[in-house]
Amino acid sequence: MNGFGGFALRRLVGAVVTLFAISVIVYVVFYATPGNVAQITCGPRCSPAQVQQVAEQLHLDDPLYVRYWHFLEGLVAGQDYSTGTAVQHCSAPCLGLSYQSDQQVTALILAKLPVSLSLVFGAMVLWLVLGVGTGVLSAWRRGRLTERLLTGITLAGVATPVFVIGLVLMIVVCGQLRLLPFPQYVAFTDDPEQWAWNLLLPWLSLALIEAAAFARLTRAAMLETLAEDHIRTFRAYGVSERSVIGRHALRGAFAPVIALNANNFGSAVGGAVLTETLFGLPGIGQELVHAVDVVDLPVVVGMVLVVGFFVVVANAVADVLYAVADRRVVLT
Amino acid sequence: MSLVNVTDLTVEFGSLRAVDGLSFRLEQGAALALVGESGSGKSTVASALLGLHRGTGARVGGAVEVAGVDVREVSDEGLRRLRGKKAAMVFQDPLSSLDPYYAIGDQIAEVYRVHTRASRRAARARAVEVLDRVGIPDAPRRSRSRPHEFSGGMRQRALIAMALACGPDLLIADEPTTALDVTVQAQILDLLHTLREETGMGLLLVTHDVGVAAESVDQVLVMRHGRAVEHGSVTAVLGSPAQPYTRELLGAVPRVDAPRAVSAVAESLVEGAAERPAEASVEASVEKPAEVPAKALAKVSAKVSVKDRAEPVLEATGLRREFGRGKRAFTAVDDVSLKIHRGETLGVVGESGSGKTTLGRMLVGLLEPTAGEVRDDGHARVGVNPAVQMVFQDPVSSLNPRRSVGESIADPLRARGESDEGRIRGRVRELLERVGLEAAHYDRYPHEFSGGQRQRVGIARALAADPRVIVCDEPVSALDVTTQAQVVALLGELQRELGLALVFVAHDLAVVRQVSDRVAVMRRGRIVEEGPADEVYDNPRDPYTEQLLAAVPALDPRIAAQRRSARRELATA
Repeated sequence: MNGFGGFALRRLVGAVVTLFAISVIVYVVFYATPGNVAQITCGPRCSPAQVQQVAEQLHLDDPLYVRYWHFLEGLVAGQDYSTGTAVQHCSAPCLGLSYQSDQQVTALILAKLPVSLSLVFGAMVLWLVLGVGTGVLSAWRRGRLTERLLTGITLAGVATPVFVIGLVLMIVVCGQLRLLPFPQYVAFTDDPEQWAWNLLLPWLSLALIEAAAFARLTRAAMLETLAEDHIRTFRAYGVSERSVIGRHALRGAFAPVIALNANNFGSAVGGAVLTETLFGLPGIGQELVHAVDVVDLPVVVGMVLVVGFFVVVANAVADVLYAVADRRVVLT
Repeated sequence: MSLVNVTDLTVEFGSLRAVDGLSFRLEQGAALALVGESGSGKSTVASALLGLHRGTGARVGGAVEVAGVDVREVSDEGLRRLRGKKAAMVFQDPLSSLDPYYAIGDQIAEVYRVHTRASRRAARARAVEVLDRVGIPDAPRRSRSRPHEFSGGMRQRALIAMALACGPDLLIADEPTTALDVTVQAQILDLLHTLREETGMGLLLVTHDVGVAAESVDQVLVMRHGRAVEHGSVTAVLGSPAQPYTRELLGAVPRVDAPRAVSAVAESLVEGAAERPAEASVEASVEKPAEVPAKALAKVSAKVSVKDRAEPVLEATGLRREFGRGKRAFTAVDDVSLKIHRGETLGVVGESGSGKTTLGRMLVGLLEPTAGEVRDDGHARVGVNPAVQMVFQDPVSSLNPRRSVGESIADPLRARGESDEGRIRGRVRELLERVGLEAAHYDRYPHEFSGGQRQRVGIARALAADPRVIVCDEPVSALDVTTQAQVVALLGELQRELGLALVFVAHDLAVVRQVSDRVAVMRRGRIVEEGPADEVYDNPRDPYTEQLLAAVPALDPRIAAQRRSARRELATA
């Protein structure tokens, strides 16, 4: 267990270093761009005086690394912004100020984050259950009609865009059958039951596509494991095919599924734009697209960092789970 | 009723007939070895006994009866009850034959629970019991380890423990010691022997190694191309083989207890070659003057005539190599010094992990030594010396599958700066013919060749740079014995013709004895003993060398039995 603890710690340090590197790159890419950064940040309707004020707040006269240092300071300790007469305090973790919407970026993100997390968490549970389940089934029934059918369905799933599935689901379930009202986001803290009912269709449409990828991955990994020598051992000892599949072959699919899940979870937090737009969910993805559209630099930088945070954390968690599943990982 | 009764068994995979009309019986408590080279169908027979071909598309014909069960006709459920309960199989590669994700004790318990109605706790206790029985120290604790935490020998013991769990009547062991070092092999064979004496179970041993069979069974069935060549008691078949193929097979097996068999290596070699190899090599060269440029020959003669005073072609002093750093640092080779003279063969033997491959790579210059130096002809080496070449172990992975063998052989020529395509082709064709292949093979790809032929290609590639020294790292360990003998003979021939010095790195003590003038025995990165081959083998000075030699399976069953009891005394003393 000592080796395992050390491994987890090393992985954690690695995650922090990665996050730091991401923040440097994102900051440099966006704030060291050619052109008048203050004008871009402030927005097209700003007066020269306002642009001047923004330039001061962003410390544009200082060299880039000093500006980055201020940015980090804000993240850790918070920062004060003077907006003409009043002074606005932005408490840690402060990602800066959106001058276009006159809001703090952190507050903006915190408002959107629960929506995105609700969507992605629920969808993740669904895609894991559906995907891995389908994968196991098609590995078990390999070469038979069931498998060919499932392979066909998952292939169709991978190939269908989310807006098609989502739209069809909405038209049929809400429009034709009237089983559910058209989705409208309700916060979990307000009404858990309504939260779930309203998110059901978004979950399904996001999960169905992801599930297809998981089904294919699970099937491939299991078939690969089934060809290995230790499977032959258990068959030669009279262990039933059900145990061979469910206990030994499935275990081999664990690692790749965990790895893919980490990636997909992380990127879905900021990347489920289509689903969010389709179902009118005010999540991170939608907000990010909007911010990019109007070039609201502080918001873009903040969002990219938050999404990066989720990707990195999800991957770190995956690596640790990976090591729990297969102790040989700890050795390397 | 016989324990195993196989009548006219055939197994076909598509159009390939792997087993062709094989019949044999095995009585309760008896032991039979299926011996044959790769592709002889011996493992297929073992699988057929447990009905492992069912559902794989293979066509099985004839009758197979194991412990009263008709394996071909019985229901799937009946077959499951046979497997592991009445007949248990021990597989070859113990690392890949265990599930890497579960604790070893849990895997054994799982198998036990399939066949008994035991509780989880009772099954776990049984697992610890059998692990203890096969000699796993501290079994209750080690039963919680996963396979990668066990050494190769312990994994093999664990597999045997799994086989014992349900107290089967028949143990089928498919190459149970092939992946193991010779000392560990002896322990495993002794364990199988003891278990058989105690439990009275029958043993079907599948092996390519005649020595392993001689150690372990009463009856031998020699197989070739899916058919039985010879079948009888082990003393009869190995002592006075009736069939030419059996004689050929036995003749190809290198003997560890006989001095270097010159005749097997080459007909043209003069008497006394084993004692004076360097001189012999020149005489051999003189017999074929056309193939050796006169100047080179003169150089060889000059060197040899003053051999004692001459510089060694390759000399290593104080070689040391570490891998990793800090707490995980590991010294693979530690203070090794050796000299190799023109025309002689230095054998380097050792078990896995003894550092022999690392040493070989440093001699060639593929690895930089951490300390010490390598000298060529008395000069300190700078960079890589093309006069020192290497032949690798695995003839499959050491050739680029996407390039023709001719291109691979031409590489050293191009590396030397040769750019005339005509000359390159000509030289490669010459080399191909020299190693016993055809010039027309230039444009073929590695997969079109057999293992032995691929190794010949590897030798041709090493020769392309006109080397003075060739380091062979396990050059024949992936080959069948008959092929092995041919490749060894080729190396000997080339050595005599070209005055090559060979460093022959191998784990197989018998092969090394048959090719070497001098032998160095390695253990844990150091050379524990070095000297003329016959001296080291006949009068070992180091206890480790003695131990190694005692572990080599004897071809004579009587000697094998004597050695076994000697080992037992050593163990109990």
